[in-house]
Formats: sequence, structure tokens, C-alpha cells
Amino acid sequence: MSDNSRSEALQSQYLTVNLAHEEYGIDILAVREIRGWTPVTRIPQAPHYVLGVLNLRGAIVPVIDMRLRFGIEREAYGATTVTVIITVAGRNFGVVVDAVSDVLDVSPDAIRPVPDMGTTVDTEYLKGLTSTGERMVLLLDVDKLLQPQDAQMLEAALPAASDVKAVA
Amino acid sequence: MSKAALAQFQQVFIEESLEGLDTMESSLLELDNGGDAELVHTIFRAAHSIKGGAATFGFPEMSSFTHEAESLLDEVRSGKRAIDGAIIELLLRTVDCLRAMFARAQAGEPLNDTVAEALRNELAAAMGRGAPAGAVQARRNVDQADAWTIRFRPYAGMLASGNDPLRLIRELGGLGELTVTPEFDRLPATLAALEPGECHLGWTIELKGPARRADISGVFDWVEDECDLSIDARHVVTEAAPPPAAAPAAPAPAAAAPVADAGAARAQREASAESSSVRVSIDKIDGLINLVGELVITQSMLDTFREGEIDAARLAVLEQGLAQLARHTRELQESVMGIRMLPIASVFNRFPRMVRDISQKLGKQVKLELVGEQTELDKTVLEKIGDPMVHLVRNAIDHGLETPDKRRAAGKGDTGTLTLAASHRGGSIVVEVSDDGAGLNRDAIIGKAVQRGLISSGEGMSDEAVADLIFQPGFSTAAVTTDLSGRGVGMDVVRRNVADLGGTVTIRSTQGKGSVFTITLPLTLAIIDGLTAAVGEERYIVPLVSIVESVQLKGDAVRSVAGGGELFRFRNEYLPVIRLHDAFGCQDAVRGIDEGLMVVVEGDGTRVGLFVDGLIGQQQAVVKSLEANYRRVQGVSGATILADGSVALIVDIAGLVRLQARRKAA
Repeated sequence: MSDNSRSEALQSQYLTVNLAHEEYGIDILAVREIRGWTPVTRIPQAPHYVLGVLNLRGAIVPVIDMRLRFGIEREAYGATTVTVIITVAGRNFGVVVDAVSDVLDVSPDAIRPVPDMGTTVDTEYLKGLTSTGERMVLLLDVDKLLQPQDAQMLEAALPAASDVKAVA
Repeated sequence: MSKAALAQFQQVFIEESLEGLDTMESSLLELDNGGDAELVHTIFRAAHSIKGGAATFGFPEMSSFTHEAESLLDEVRSGKRAIDGAIIELLLRTVDCLRAMFARAQAGEPLNDTVAEALRNELAAAMGRGAPAGAVQARRNVDQADAWTIRFRPYAGMLASGNDPLRLIRELGGLGELTVTPEFDRLPATLAALEPGECHLGWTIELKGPARRADISGVFDWVEDECDLSIDARHVVTEAAPPPAAAPAAPAPAAAAPVADAGAARAQREASAESSSVRVSIDKIDGLINLVGELVITQSMLDTFREGEIDAARLAVLEQGLAQLARHTRELQESVMGIRMLPIASVFNRFPRMVRDISQKLGKQVKLELVGEQTELDKTVLEKIGDPMVHLVRNAIDHGLETPDKRRAAGKGDTGTLTLAASHRGGSIVVEVSDDGAGLNRDAIIGKAVQRGLISSGEGMSDEAVADLIFQPGFSTAAVTTDLSGRGVGMDVVRRNVADLGGTVTIRSTQGKGSVFTITLPLTLAIIDGLTAAVGEERYIVPLVSIVESVQLKGDAVRSVAGGGELFRFRNEYLPVIRLHDAFGCQDAVRGIDEGLMVVVEGDGTRVGLFVDGLIGQQQAVVKSLEANYRRVQGVSGATILADGSVALIVDIAGLVRLQARRKAA
């Protein structure tokens, strides 16, 4: 909790998730839902970190493994493994994380820039970091998680995607 | 009326008016081809409804604009003026201009623009040519004045149509100070002859105050067919329109503009139409209600099985009920899909005008024949099939059909025939664009293809294969159209657009006799019949329409060829093999040819053998978009949800063939 009462109105909430013993915050407004891990349907020609697609009440939603996304070694999925469904710019995608832990109130003053240091996650995908008690929380920039770098990577993976047939 | 309510009526009015404009356009075209006088009445009625509606729903500019066209039509209708090509042309441009106005109305932009103003002057000038007296012309052109004299003499029957002169005069009072003088000359001589339901009075109204002619005539919009009305300016403020002598200068700059403008308007209309409503016939809705009724009955019947023991006798009833439920569900599904089906006429109807314009521009004589306009297509398909068809039609007139001289030289009649035909064929819709023109020039196409490096030589190529070359992207250059008589402007785009709809385009062409372009489309995009194929742990849906048959092969039936490809003999031809587990990178799949199943499939006119572990069963798949949240995947046309809630991908055979070809090339 932030003890800075002046900016209480500007406080934003973050869902914190665990990934390889570090804690990350996802803007709670971007989180659509949290589901237990269920197997997904693999899709061909996808980057290695895209696990596949799942059925979210009739919509087909891609799922990304956050560990693979950030180049962390994959670990067997366990009882706490969850898929967080995130909505960015009208598109939904799921991210698989080790566990969810908390919802955190963060005031803008409490967000500090990320020093370019040896975190496991590329600082490009971080909005900043904040601390709560003893713990440090890295705040993820969800807008950048799938784009534009990812979009480019997807394009590169499929050079001639333009003539792929599509059925709406 | 509240603003929201008005907006709602405006939308309905706009939709109806656009239909009215379509009617006007098609009737004008028919008239141009020597149609009868009844058509003039049809056109007049359409213009009249638009004018009246426009005034009521708050589009005075449109109303006064249409009024000019209506006056012109009125003279034609009453025989004062003979209809000729110039008038038809002018009225066609009026239709275009009104369409543009409606588009602007929908976008909330100002209705009038320079095109509309110029056209309006032209219409007024056209009227001026045949107007009985110069004085009328002068008065007509006065748009705004400080004082008006209005002479209003209702016909006897006006009251019967619910129009109250008193209300009209009161409304007029809102525009300025009135001095009303009644005229009694039509009153019957005796009281006995007086019919209380009839109107015997007339009025001369002096209006003082600045008012526009449109405002005044707007008051009388609903009654103008039921009265003698004259509106004369007493005190002129401005000369709004140029004098008649200057007016003929206006058409020149205006002539080019409406075409582009109409195109833009049409594009805009189509863009907004994508999300717009569907008109459904009451029969279809009644059918649905019946089905839902039966469904409810079946449901309540099944509901009785909640209680009590289920013995053998009841089990039979239960099974029967479930079968009924399945049937009703299927029928309901078909009916609901039917709501999305609309006749292709809405697409066909844009072509008479286009064919007329293009053929005039190119100096060719073209007769357009439409066949099967009532064939129904899915609304989504309908909206997207227009552009490829426009392309094909334009190509057919531009490159296919010859000029009258050349046709005579080839021993054909002066007038070329262009046929658009639509029909149901099995589970598909077939749309054909055929012409009796020059056909494809085989040698020229081969020459071009060799030059572009698409093929090394045309030796031994079938005519079909040669014709197929024009769909290559390399052929869509301007040089092609001038260098050879063959076609090829953006044909690759046509094929791609049609492929996006899950369809195919093929050509049959005979040199000197003409060409037939055949577009084959699925009935609907939303649901497909498919076979579930197993590959390793994964399940894929193969669309039933692309499956020819499936065969179990012996291990030695498949031969490897240089370059890593595989072939197998099917009947009398050798087909390439696509191993689905390779194409999609599946783990744990069957690799031995004799352990799995070879499914012979066809996509884009190419047959291949699709090797899978096995086929599990047939099912209907509701197609879901992968793109909504992810992106297109080559070789996959979409996804569907299986009975257990998991996702299965739908295989796109044509895409898979292209993917394989690219991999081989790489």
C-alpha cells in the first residue's frame, strides 16, 4: 500500500504474478480474467513462446508462455500455474505465469525507472519498478508484450502471410 | 419529435431513398434502351418520394435539389418534353449526386457541394430551355426575397387526404407576417350544392419578411399534387442563380466530377453497409417462429424425463425426442443462416450503369445479360464479391470485347454480349462472367510469361494452364494491357479476394470466341462440413468440400523424387504428397505410409494427397476467426471448437498447397 495520500486518486492497481522467483506487476485494468492452466491447441508456424490457442467462451485466444517469452528456462506446469487473460487494444491473449500472488495499489510517485541492470527480463518490457515492504515488483508494460516487437517477429516468421486464405 | 426519434426515421428514410435511387437508375437505363412511358412515372414517383421525405426529415437542400429534377421529370411525364439521351444523362448524374448527398447526410456533413450546385443550375437550365415563358424562368431563379405572393388553390378533394389548409397557412405564418385574402369564386351558388367535405376556397397570401423559396415550398410539399400553387417573389434580395444564358457553361467542369464523386459515395455507402441491417422477409421469420415453437414442445417433452424411472418403453420415447431435438436444431440452424442469405441482384444491379459508362467511353457496343439474379448468397460474401466482379466486368469490356469494326472483321455482330450468371451448384454458388469477345491470346500470354520468367516455354502446356498464368502477380502491369490483347490487370487480386471468401476463380477461354470466368463460392462462411483428422495428439478439421476421397496406401506406393518431394499414383495421375505432420510440425505422428491414411484433396484447382494418421469422423464446424486475437496462419483457414470445448484448427488446402510450393522453392 502506498502511504502517499496526496496522489491517492491517481493510484493504479497491479496484479502481481510470480515468474522464476521474481515478482511482476500487470496493470489490473488490462487483466480480463485469471484461469487455471489448461492444455491449449498448438498452432503451426508460431514463435516458440506462443504455446497455442484456447477457447475463451467461443473466442479463439492465443496463449504465451512468459518464461519462454523472456528467455527463462521452461518449468513443468504445476498446481499454481495460471493463464492470465490480458486485453490490449481490443485483442485478447493469455500469458502463462508460475503463480498469481497479490493485488497492489501503486501511486505514480512510487514507480521508479528501471535501471539497466541484469534482470532476467528485458527492460524494454518494463514500465518501472516499485517496492512493497521487502519485495521489489517489476511493472510490466503490457502494451509492448505482444507489440510492436512481437508483431514484427510474427511477420518475420511468416514472410508471405498476405496470401493466406482467411475465413472470418 | 425528439432528435433521437428523428435520427431513427432519417436512417429509414435514407435507406428507402437509396432504394428509390436504385430504382431511378435502373429505370433510366431501361429508358435509355427504349423502355416505355410507364418508366417515366416510376422515376417520377421515386423522385417525388425522396423530395417529400427529404423536406419532412430535415434535409431542405436535398428536397429543393430533387425538386428541380422532379420538375424536369414532370414535363417529360406530361408530354411537354421528349426524353432524350441528354436528359437521361443529366438525370443519371442527378442520381449520382443524390447518392453522394445521402452519403454526406449519413456522415453528418453539409449536403451541398459544388457538384450539387453546378448540377442544380444545369437542371434549372434544362428546364429553362423548354419553359413556356421567360418570366417564369426569372421567378424560378429567385431564391430569396423580402416579400412573396403565394397563391394557393387547393383542389376540392384535398381535405379528404387529411391536409388542413389552415395548418399550412399557420405554418407559413412562422416565416413572416401574413396578409391572407380568401377567394370565393369556386363556392357553389346554393347552400344545397355545398359539399361540406370538399374545399371550395382559395387564398392569396402576402408574406412579408425575409424567406427562402425552399422554405415556402417546403410548407406545401405534401399537398402540391392536390392544389394549384404559385410562389412569386415581390421584393428580390439576391439573384441566386446565374441567368439562363450563362448556365450552359456550368456543365463542363461538373461533368467529370460526378463520376469520381459517385464512386466515393458508393465506397462510403458500402463501408457503412458492412455493419448495417438486413431486411428479412416475413416468411423467413414465420418459419423461424414455427421452428422455435416446435423446439419448445420437444424441450417440454424431454423435460418429463426428469422424474420417474426410465424403462424400455420410455427409453424409446426419449430416443425419439432426442432425434427430434437434433432435427429441429439443424433446421433452426439452417433457417438462421438463411436470414443472412440475400439475392445477388443487389450486386448485379450496379452493372448496367457501369457497363453503359465503360462501353460508351471505349466506343464499344455491349449488351448486358443478367441470369439468376434471385440466387441467394451469404450477406458477407455478397458484400465482398462486388469488387472482384467489377474487375472482371471491366476487364471483359476493356480487353475481351472488341470494337464494332473488329467484331465485323471477325464475322460477329456489332454488339458484344456480356453475361453475368449466378446459380446454385451443390453446396456452392457459381457466378459466371462471360463474354463473346476475342478470348485469351495464348501466344501473347506465353510470351509475356516467358519474358517475366514465370515459365521457360509454353511447350506442352494445356490451355487451362496457360489461362491460369494471368492470375500470376507478375501479370498485373500496365504493359500487359497495351502489349497484348490478353487480360491481366490485377487478376491476382481478383483471385486473392475470392480466395479470402473461400472460393476459387477459373477461366475457360477460346481464342476468337470469348472467355468465361467462373467464381465458385461456398454458400456460407460461418459453418462448414468437415472431417476430423488425427495427426499425432492433435485434431484438425479438413473441409468436406475439398476432399475427393481417402485411400489406404501400401508403403511402396509413394515414391520420393529429387528435391525432397513425394509422389503417389492416384488413378491415372501422380499427385504430390503433403504430410500434415511435416507441414504443421506435429509431434508423435504416424510416419509410415501404410500406417496412416492418404486423403486426396483439391484446392485452387490442384490435387494433392494429404497424409494424416487417420480420419475420426464427420462434423459441422462453426468457423471462428484466428485473426480476431492472433493473426493469419498459413495453411489454416480458421479454428473451431470441438464437442469437448477444445480448439481444433481448420485446414486450408489451397493455402497448404501454396505453403508447400514455397517450402520446396526455398
